[in-house]
Amino acid sequence: MAAGTLDRLFRPNKPIPRQIELWTGITVAASVFGLWCLFTYGGIVSGDFLPAPGEVWAAFVSTLSDGTLLKHTRVSLYEIYLGFVLSSIIAVPLGIFMGGFRIVAAAIEPVVNFMRYLPVTALIPLLILWVGIGLEQKIAVIFLGTFFQQIVLIADVSGRVHDDLYNVSYTLGASRWQVVTRVLLPATMPGVMDTLRVTMGWAWTFLVVAELVAASSGLGYMILQAMRGLHPATIFVGIFVIGFLGLVTDLAFKWAKNVLLPWTNIR
Amino acid sequence: MGQVHIDEVSLAFETRRAGRVVALEQLSLAVPEKQFAVIVGPSGCGKSSLLDLVAGLKETTAGQCRVDGKVVTSPGADRGMVFQSYSLFPWLTVRKNVEFGLSLNKVPPKERSERADHYIGSVGLLGFENAYPSQLSGGMKQRVAIARALANDPEVLLMDEPFGALDSQTRSLMQELLLGIWEKEQKTVLFVTHDIDEALFLGDVVYVMSARPGRIIDTIDVGLERPRHYDIITTPQFIEFKRRIMSSLHAEVEKAMNLN
Ligand SMILES: Nc1ncnc2c1ncn2[C@@H]1O[C@H](COP(=O)(O)OP(=O)(O)OP(=O)(O)O)[C@@H](O)[C@H]1O
Ligand SMILES: [Mg+2]
Repeated sequence: MAAGTLDRLFRPNKPIPRQIELWTGITVAASVFGLWCLFTYGGIVSGDFLPAPGEVWAAFVSTLSDGTLLKHTRVSLYEIYLGFVLSSIIAVPLGIFMGGFRIVAAAIEPVVNFMRYLPVTALIPLLILWVGIGLEQKIAVIFLGTFFQQIVLIADVSGRVHDDLYNVSYTLGASRWQVVTRVLLPATMPGVMDTLRVTMGWAWTFLVVAELVAASSGLGYMILQAMRGLHPATIFVGIFVIGFLGLVTDLAFKWAKNVLLPWTNIR
Repeated sequence: MGQVHIDEVSLAFETRRAGRVVALEQLSLAVPEKQFAVIVGPSGCGKSSLLDLVAGLKETTAGQCRVDGKVVTSPGADRGMVFQSYSLFPWLTVRKNVEFGLSLNKVPPKERSERADHYIGSVGLLGFENAYPSQLSGGMKQRVAIARALANDPEVLLMDEPFGALDSQTRSLMQELLLGIWEKEQKTVLFVTHDIDEALFLGDVVYVMSARPGRIIDTIDVGLERPRHYDIITTPQFIEFKRRIMSSLHAEVEKAMNLN
């Protein structure tokens, strides 16, 4: 019986019991935390190199109480959401049309593919020259980093909408425009949601890169300052906050998909 | 209403690799209204293409299709189509799928749901109105596709191997269901299949197509009594028809194999 259970857990693509799923995740996370405690409290690595959980907690409490953590977090959140939203509201429709209409693809594909392979980090010096190191620079970095990736991923999704869906709609009397609004758009929605979720993760990367290179506030800046002041615990606070915000955003996207597109989650 | 004329229709594709591929060559046939016409032919002979032409989804290279005398230039709600693949909208429930055509044409919601109810009932899916396609079996999906096409009240129903992906039991149930509905609705049907039993069981007339380029090489007036029941396939007349179609198809399938 026990062998049977174990056997059932290692079948490709098969569901496993909810309880086991949950506890596996908790166990692994707890083990990582345990190892961290072992290395720091056990004196295996120096505190300057890897701060102990207690020190990180203390740094968290102090940056929270003096308001710096909230300030930097607010700046980063503002920058990332502005950059991400700006990018998405242009990339989503453009990507859908690029995948859906060959003529749009022909027009913008060359430019998009050129830009897509330019690492945005290579553009940062130019952007600093053009717009300085303020909010505009962060928005520009996030925008350039996510926009072209989003277009390509979304075009791929809308290009995959099956011809039969269009054909059946025409034979049901749909006009060209109705085919766009009633078939192309809804058919691409799940893929669009997934793309947004994935690119949001990248946006965080670009934001922190931009803040590390040139900024006067934000979580990346806070981390850099902590490094200069030899405060590894504060670096870890910054890292944890970024990780936590990423996790929350990811969950929000998953939740939104289930609520907005219930049909994607039915078995 | 619902007469289909296919007048010396040719269809050729320009391909990069194989050059000009002639799918249909000067093919003519006439389907009177309310007839159940079936087309059988070897794979790749142009059956799907022919239906696409009548539907207006493809353009002829030469010749024309007419429905009630009107030359087909574009797709329209007067010619409903059922595809082999499950072309349901996965984001819509069964009811919304069936109502899709009606909602495009701004039919008032009350009439829309009455018609949807009626056709969901006639394909035996009452109770599944709020299910999504991913929750349905293959046979159920095709029943939704049929209900969706019928709810739009087309003059002509074009069916491209609608039961091709179903297992044989489900398939014969679906054939009987379709005949039951057709006998009530009395629509012109143009039905494509490569299954000879299916063709003879369903059709008033069966057209046999040649290998590519597709032409009509035999026409069988089935004339078996209606309503039909499945044991009809063991009657001597049925078997005789079947032998006749098989022998003309056999040569064509061989040709098709050499072609492809
Ligand atoms: N877009 C296209 N470009 C080039 N050739 C095509 C195209 N569409 C179809 N053909 C060719 O036209 C011929 C007829 O295709 P069609 O799909 O109508 O055949 P079919 O009889 O429906 O075949 P099957 O029984 O396999 O469904 C085939 O030989 C196919 O290769
Ligand atoms: Mg076909």
